[in-house]
Amino acid sequence: MSEEKGTGEIFRVAGPVVTVTGIEPRMFDVVFVGEEKLMGEVIQIIGEKSIIQVYEDTSGIRPGEPVTDTGEPLTAELGPGLLTSIYDGIQRPLEVLQEKMGDIIERGVNVPGLDHEKIWTFNPTANVGDEVSPNSIIGWVQESKNIKHYIMVPPGISGTITDIKGGDFNIDEIIATLDGGDKLKMYHNWPVRNPRPIVEKLAPDIPLITGQRVLDTFFPIAKGGTAAIPGGFGTGKTVTEHQLAKWSDADMVVYVGCGERGNEMADVLKEFPELEDPQTGAPLMDRTILIANTSNMPVAAREASVYTGITMAEYYRDMGYDIALMADSTSRWAEAMREISSRLEEMPGEEGYPAYLSSKLSAFYERAGRVSGLNGKEGSVSVIGAVSPQGGDFSEPVTQATLRIVKVFWALDTKLRERRHFPAVNWLNSYSLYSQSLDPWFSENVDKDWSSKVKWAMGVLQKEAELQEIVQLVGADALPDDQRVLLEVARMLREYFLQQNAFHDVDTFCKPSRQENLIDCIKKFNDDSMDLLSVGVPITKIMSMKSKDDLAKVKYEPEFDAELKKVMDCMMGECTDMRGEAEPSSKVEKLKEVNQ
Amino acid sequence: MRKEYRTITEIAGPLVFLEKTEHVGYGEIVDITLSDGSRKRGQVLDTSKDMVVVQVFEGTDGIDRNSTVKFLGETVKLGVSPDIIGRILSGAGQPLDGGPPIIPKEKKEIIVGAINPYAREKPKEFIQTGISTIDGMFTLVRGQKLPIFSGSGLPHNDIALQIAKNAKVLAEVEEFAVVFAAMGITNEEAQHFMREFERTGAIKKSVVFLNLANDPTIERLITPKMALTAAEYLAFDLDMHVLIILTDITNYCEALRQIGAAREEVPGRRGYPGYMYTDLATMYERAGRIKGRKGTITQIPILSMPDDDITHPIPDLSAYITEGQIIVSRDLHRQGIYPPIDISGSLSRLMDSGIGKGMTREDHKAVSDQCYAVYANGKDLRSLVSIIGKEALSEADRKYLDFADGFEDKVVRQGYEDDRPIEETLGICWDLLSHIPEASLTKIDNKIINAYHPAHKKPSKL
Repeated sequence: MSEEKGTGEIFRVAGPVVTVTGIEPRMFDVVFVGEEKLMGEVIQIIGEKSIIQVYEDTSGIRPGEPVTDTGEPLTAELGPGLLTSIYDGIQRPLEVLQEKMGDIIERGVNVPGLDHEKIWTFNPTANVGDEVSPNSIIGWVQESKNIKHYIMVPPGISGTITDIKGGDFNIDEIIATLDGGDKLKMYHNWPVRNPRPIVEKLAPDIPLITGQRVLDTFFPIAKGGTAAIPGGFGTGKTVTEHQLAKWSDADMVVYVGCGERGNEMADVLKEFPELEDPQTGAPLMDRTILIANTSNMPVAAREASVYTGITMAEYYRDMGYDIALMADSTSRWAEAMREISSRLEEMPGEEGYPAYLSSKLSAFYERAGRVSGLNGKEGSVSVIGAVSPQGGDFSEPVTQATLRIVKVFWALDTKLRERRHFPAVNWLNSYSLYSQSLDPWFSENVDKDWSSKVKWAMGVLQKEAELQEIVQLVGADALPDDQRVLLEVARMLREYFLQQNAFHDVDTFCKPSRQENLIDCIKKFNDDSMDLLSVGVPITKIMSMKSKDDLAKVKYEPEFDAELKKVMDCMMGECTDMRGEAEPSSKVEKLKEVNQ
Repeated sequence: MRKEYRTITEIAGPLVFLEKTEHVGYGEIVDITLSDGSRKRGQVLDTSKDMVVVQVFEGTDGIDRNSTVKFLGETVKLGVSPDIIGRILSGAGQPLDGGPPIIPKEKKEIIVGAINPYAREKPKEFIQTGISTIDGMFTLVRGQKLPIFSGSGLPHNDIALQIAKNAKVLAEVEEFAVVFAAMGITNEEAQHFMREFERTGAIKKSVVFLNLANDPTIERLITPKMALTAAEYLAFDLDMHVLIILTDITNYCEALRQIGAAREEVPGRRGYPGYMYTDLATMYERAGRIKGRKGTITQIPILSMPDDDITHPIPDLSAYITEGQIIVSRDLHRQGIYPPIDISGSLSRLMDSGIGKGMTREDHKAVSDQCYAVYANGKDLRSLVSIIGKEALSEADRKYLDFADGFEDKVVRQGYEDDRPIEETLGICWDLLSHIPEASLTKIDNKIINAYHPAHKKPSKL
């Protein structure tokens, strides 16, 4: 962004939208506006006037002030040092901004996304004479304790290596030279609005394990998949996104806080460095990139933030990593589009959103996927977007446009929140289109009967919903015994399995094998109870089984497996006892059967 | 000397259009002198080489095409000094209490950049409000923004006053300074606030900004920003802990819509401008703590929901920005319960960081979760009771039903002067929970049951 393509002057200022004359930019060129050089982007060209959305506050800016066109689109700096960073929507490191201008974000300060002074040890893996092309890996640096950052040949460059050297360098130093004269550094720029190239997309058949029971068991997402979490305020979108960022088994996480709360970001910033990555034991921050563009930060930068985020995710994907990108919330992003569109006086579509809302959303989600890259590496970007529907009404445009694209729908429910059922994922409305393609993985890696167990549990929950209508009218006591057992089993599924306390040290993460064990145990109760009923044990006795109530708290126990076994043994004992007491009568019945 | 213009071409609603001006900055303040010599103030909303659009704070009545317009070359500022404490100011920051003018030590921009998220400190100090429902179920912490969602005719003002009166951080003696911003509320309501502030002595530590129902509508757009600027000055320059009450946000949003309509902008939902979310966010997000600074800002905006509709854009967008909401329930109010705080709908997002061991008590979270769940269950049963009668309920269900009634009577209901410590609140909750079979208390783990359940606490059990 160093060369200037031309200068002009401001004609009109209306909020974040500025009209400029005297430059001849291309669409989406970055320009610097006014004496203070506020960064902006060209979003419309009408005759000699160019319309610019400015990423910073425009108070006090006057017509007549100069404008310079850089001739380049908005890019992200990609290279070692991205991980553990905290950026605003246009990749300005917030830490550096604070050093430069204090606690309040002032305007007109441009800082590079990467630290250009920091020294990295470059370990070459390519040799002189090697043919290289875009994305070819020529070496690596140790970016954090457990993560190797592979240095790739920048886009648009290929040739034969004539010189390559290892050692300590900053990212501006040349580490390799090609026969065409191209000099390679450890970083390059990429325009954020363009997807990085790939060879092909692969089938989504590996799950992204989240450690959240309701998600992994009932509505799993694949690595490279897309999911939406819509929910009214307070239903736990942000907590769910945080849980995924903390516990999902991706190699890296890009967390885009798009138009959300400052205090929430402060929470993430405090918590992540303290938490441990469950897979490596390193601080969670080591594998995380945060983009924080809070609701009161400039709206145009909010619009850009999701693109900045996904570009970084794609960059690491090209190295062969699995990335999970959380966007919280895509509704705020859509509103940023609406705000800018209305300033441009564009003809609005539904509810004032621009007519291109849906195509922008789908283009964004399509950048997700498990892919095979130009350099032969396989990696994935999974995108999980929170949606904040107005009034909690899922029929609004952003939710609907999102649902047409994503494959997993985790519907958060206000009713569930009101009874403190968390995560408030509604098990009747939510769905995952990956369930089938992931079944083979689960039966191979967790349990061979996985899918039939999941179907059984879901069946119970669905029947419960039907029965609830009757219960509402006549009370549970009026139902036949087997249905009362079913209601009890459904309650156990809801309270012991579906509910999960994100703030409890143990319960916050539950690995798939434990999920399966819990379901097993509940199913065993179900089967035993039905069995006991059939031999004439009264239902009140079954309902007062101690082991059943003990099961409630197994999920909180650090020694989960041992505790669960204890409960299972206890349950077996209780069942045998009850059966023993009922035995005389059942013996009579058996005799009858024999006689017949 | 700045130039004066007599080039007004159009006056429409609160807007004045001018042409042939110098290059005017966006957001600049404007002085308008009417033909009769009186003056009004405004702000630039749109500026170009051809045309400047000015919104006039005091309304455009009396302005004609001969009025002169002067651009002051600066954006709206509030003069601050320690002397503003204890003062009553107009919605535009002018003294109303007959006291001397405020000699500013410093002039602060009323619209500021965002607090760098990196510079924020996570809010986590429990504020005891003395109201059981708030302390126990949706705890307020220092630096939080927790609005009160109410409706016409409900006692939201009393709740806000009770919070302001009792608010304290345990183990600290320092009281909160109160900044109060009234936007379009009636004179009577304002009087009520002022009387209470005087009665409790809070007035000595407060700054009051009043824009009343008959004051200029457009002035309302700057009143909360003035108040927030004062709050920031007290908090971050004078190291005070500030509680700011903004009432009524609905009137602010109406003013915002009025400007939008006058500018013929493309409207969003229900005619409110598409940028309302961002606009509200720039106010609400001015609450919080900053690393390395002693003072804090805790915000309690009050907004009345038109027709008690929480899906209306104003409460809806607010709740997406604020850290929870306290909902005032018309049902409870009708039953004569004060404070009528709706348990199911209310929420505090920062609760978890402010409660627990070392802050309130280790059982706080579990007790509150359990109370919620049991109360929700009991409430559901009420509809069943209306069909089949209480007698037809099972023994267990009747206990849930009694819990819901008991909860509303013992925990929710309390007097305006009743300042309950958190220990007492939790105690009442445990009393009620002890009537529920222990096996059904699934949200409380055994360790806590053993330590706090009345049945296990030996000495107190008869």
